[in-house]
Amino acid sequence: MSGTHTHPNYVKIWFWLVILLVISTVGPMLEIPIITLITAFGIAVVKAFMVASNFMHLKFEKHIIWFMMIMSLILLGVFFFGVAPDIMQTKGDQWIDCISDNSCVEQRL
Amino acid sequence: MSNRGPVATHRSSTGIPTGRLATWWVVASEIFIFGGLIACFVLFKLNGTPGFEDASKTSVAAGAFNTFVLLTSSLTIVLAHAAIESGERKKAFNYIWCTIGGGIVFLIVKTYEYSGKIISGDTITENLFWSFYYTMTGLHALHVIGGMVIMALISFDILKGYNFQRVELIGIYWHFVDLVWIFLFPLFYIANF
Repeated sequence: MSGTHTHPNYVKIWFWLVILLVISTVGPMLEIPIITLITAFGIAVVKAFMVASNFMHLKFEKHIIWFMMIMSLILLGVFFFGVAPDIMQTKGDQWIDCISDNSCVEQRL
Repeated sequence: MSNRGPVATHRSSTGIPTGRLATWWVVASEIFIFGGLIACFVLFKLNGTPGFEDASKTSVAAGAFNTFVLLTSSLTIVLAHAAIESGERKKAFNYIWCTIGGGIVFLIVKTYEYSGKIISGDTITENLFWSFYYTMTGLHALHVIGGMVIMALISFDILKGYNFQRVELIGIYWHFVDLVWIFLFPLFYIANF
């Protein structure tokens, strides 16, 4: 990568990142959850892509680096959905609500 | 660009310099460290776990300011990379120290935030939100400190005229640290619903 590409206009990219930061900070002030979701997390994804692509020079990297990054994210997705039932699904024969009656602490003791 | 030292500087199988390939591997492993924590945080939040409403207690202004500082430090480290590629060692040295300065400002703001929260009783054991908050931002701060130390070492190397390629490598790492904060900011500071 180094020496094989011209450097983009970094100041211009930084400027747009700052604009996006302002939007993501002001957006939630409207107190509309869907707007907050878009302005906070949607813009975070855009900012992350801009940083990775331009500052980390991912757009100039070989495919194997893209492959590494995409595989990492896919495996993270596997982790997310693998752990999700443990956190989200708390109803069933094996689940006890030990937090309310403090029996978790007693079991450990 | 100087590549002195008894190391294999390129991997023939990928055509990528060894150091850069290794740095990307570090980034890949860091995705799991921070990504795993973020994933768990999101799951607990989606599950309506008590305590997550405490996100309203964090200072949006401090978080936004720190995001601005890290974005700016990302700019200066990438400018250091551009400068060293054009052979401007002194300029690259200065940009690196601007980046370190950004890291220091970030940590000062974080310390201010931590002390305020701890004094008001919002400690790591208060509830799950604060456990995540201190764990994730603390781990991130350790990465900032580590990056600053490495940058300082590299800055003196390049003044002496060697290991120029390391400016790019620490840049990739630093941008990743910035990238992690880009996600921590909305999670801990502005998603109060």
